[in-house]
Amino acid sequence: MLSYLIRRFLYGALILLGVNLLTFFLFFTVNTPDDMARLNIGGKHITQDLIDKWKVERGYDKPLYLNDAKQGGERVTDTIFWERSVSLFELRFGRSDAESAGDIGPEVSRRMWVSMQLALPLFVLQVIASTAFALLLVMFRHTRLDFWGVVACVLMLSISSLFYIIVGQFMFSRLLRIAPISGYVPGWDMAKFLVLPIALSLLSRLGTEARLYRAMFLEEIGKDYVRTARAKGLSETLVLFRHVLRNALLPIVTSAGSYLPYVFLGSLVFESFFGLPGLGAYVIDAITKQDFAIVRTMVFVGSLLYIATFVLIDVAYTWVDPRVRLG
Amino acid sequence: MPKFVLLWTDATVWALVVFTIVYAVMVARSPNLKASWRKVFRDAPALCSALILALCLLITVADSLHYRPVLKSVAGAASGNVAYDTVTRSSLDYVLSDLIASREVTYSRPLDYLSYRRDTVSINGQMQRVSPRLLHGGAHLSDPEHQWSSDLLSRSGTGLVLGVVLAAAGALALFGLLARARRAGFVETAASVWRNEGDIPWRAALWTLVVIATLAGITISLMGAYHVFGTDTTGNDVLYQALKSIRTAFVIGSLATIATLPLAVVLGIMAGYFRGWVDEVIQYFYTVLSSVPNILLIAACVLMVQVYLDKHPDLFETGVERADVKLFLLCTVLGLTGWAGLCRLLRAETLKLRELDYVQAANAFGVSSTRIMVRHVFPNVAHLMLIVTVLDFSSLILYEAVLSYVGVGVDPSMNSFGGMINLARKEMSLDPVVWWSFAAAFGFMVTVVLAVNLFADGVRDAFDPRARAFRPRLPITRKPVAQK
Repeated sequence: MLSYLIRRFLYGALILLGVNLLTFFLFFTVNTPDDMARLNIGGKHITQDLIDKWKVERGYDKPLYLNDAKQGGERVTDTIFWERSVSLFELRFGRSDAESAGDIGPEVSRRMWVSMQLALPLFVLQVIASTAFALLLVMFRHTRLDFWGVVACVLMLSISSLFYIIVGQFMFSRLLRIAPISGYVPGWDMAKFLVLPIALSLLSRLGTEARLYRAMFLEEIGKDYVRTARAKGLSETLVLFRHVLRNALLPIVTSAGSYLPYVFLGSLVFESFFGLPGLGAYVIDAITKQDFAIVRTMVFVGSLLYIATFVLIDVAYTWVDPRVRLG
Repeated sequence: MPKFVLLWTDATVWALVVFTIVYAVMVARSPNLKASWRKVFRDAPALCSALILALCLLITVADSLHYRPVLKSVAGAASGNVAYDTVTRSSLDYVLSDLIASREVTYSRPLDYLSYRRDTVSINGQMQRVSPRLLHGGAHLSDPEHQWSSDLLSRSGTGLVLGVVLAAAGALALFGLLARARRAGFVETAASVWRNEGDIPWRAALWTLVVIATLAGITISLMGAYHVFGTDTTGNDVLYQALKSIRTAFVIGSLATIATLPLAVVLGIMAGYFRGWVDEVIQYFYTVLSSVPNILLIAACVLMVQVYLDKHPDLFETGVERADVKLFLLCTVLGLTGWAGLCRLLRAETLKLRELDYVQAANAFGVSSTRIMVRHVFPNVAHLMLIVTVLDFSSLILYEAVLSYVGVGVDPSMNSFGGMINLARKEMSLDPVVWWSFAAAFGFMVTVVLAVNLFADGVRDAFDPRARAFRPRLPITRKPVAQK
């Protein structure tokens, strides 16, 4: 187990290295730092001096991959690529491109908590709601309930999440005035701002998830051990809950686990619609302001979380299914 | 003679049309493929969706023939020196030129003859807030308050008749073709379709045709005199925007999935076939790619594309061309970032296939690896390609809306469902609420996505027999199907 984990983490580090190379290539080679400086300073009268000053302020004034002016090891280390990579791996994210915005690091850690307030309850409720709905359909399989349930699922997954948000905000905040339209306060008062986004997000993903889980359950239900369980006289409910649910948990863990990075990263769309200052809203702001430093950092943080999640999922396998041995 | 403009996406749409025709010929020649596709159309929802998708495809193709009209030569200008309009139009624009021309000042409700915004005018010396008449919507009415409802009814009635006539013509053509194919009498065939006999559910298809034809008929007959879905903030007809958005959605759905294919197929089959270090390297590549959260990677790529385009404004002659290059590059980005899933699937399938006897036999005969992969492995994983392509289609259409909202989608000047929803967000908070733009986007988008989803389910069930077990079935047993 331990050796497996170490191996997984080493491979994860290797992947992260690849991600770093990819993002660096995207952000520094496709467009040079000069282009970014020009874009960021804006205006018509851009002199080379201004560009140089902008680059020095952010440490972008070095060669990209290889510094021919230096000797020995410094040829590699005294470059933008090396400095950026090392600081990213040390989780020092530096300052953002924009003049007014400050350091990225503290901002990320502060906003991550806001994102989690929305995403963590959502994640838990999502798994419960989708599993429950899918189980209900499976329990009543080959009946009208199952048929129309699946029809509803297909209809629901054909509707863009943006529609759910706009209609939901219009109905519940404007017409019925049940929930506030958007906003954020720290502390427990936050709950009233979170109800609507959580409910709408649940609804928008229910169709996809429930249909997927239903297929997983039905796959298990055709297996021999279920027939054995029925043959020994267990009731259908008991068969479903004791046998099928536990065996179908493995694919469900994989499917639900892929949402885990977003527990920290938050949802881009939901956060910006509901005015929550989380990481998702941060990314959208960065995109509209064309702040490449923030986008670059978020790509790195995102993949870091993603890789960590998949190690976690593997560990969760052994817990869910004792047959799985990590080695 | 107008100047024809071949945009990047146009070229790909036309290439796609040619490919579809070639594929259809291939299907007709191969008994196996023919049987599978027959299975797809035996599914009533898939058949009805296919009809709707065919209509959308027609709109897409009509909207993919672009030209720049010749400007009327100014007196005194040298003859022979032909100037072209800076606006690029498509053949769909030509058909709908009335809609483009009937621009209002600002918002107007669907089918209304009055403007949404009230203006202050002085009537008999008193200042009053009144809604002015629209420039085009209902402009032919001399006494709108009394004529409006009867005019609407009579126009809808004409449209309804037109639609029913169209549908009836379609039905007669279908009966005729079926009767010829079955070598049966015309009335006999019509009766058997009516009783829903035979393995393909023609009756459901006919009902779909009736619905489409009547809706289209009513819309067409109202379109000339009113704004069927109202107008947006700058007074543009919403129906026109929704129709134009269909092309954007289709181009994104098809191009982006096709863009994933080369990498996914080549690398997936190579990884599965060669195993060893080739497999390791390819797996590393797609793990790196899939460990970046998708939307962030796309955002990063699109931002870079935008900077590049801003730096080279001289690459395009008109705004449409620029928007089109952006759309094309967006599809490429979606393709280059989205191939990991299919690649993983194909690798797993190839791993299984390469152990089978026919591959081993080919190997023993000394067939080269490349040839084995092309001749023996590829045709046997092609169904996976098809399934994944159609399944991804709908999610990409939905994705476009989110990307446009985030600000990395299609060009704002290009009509798209995402752009319409984006504007609708602001409109829904106006008072009184402006709902028609949103409703039109919703209606069109849900219809398209639902049709794609149902069609995709049909394709998956037909080509992947395992998936059919999960179909929900109604408990009522149908009448046994009469076998020929």
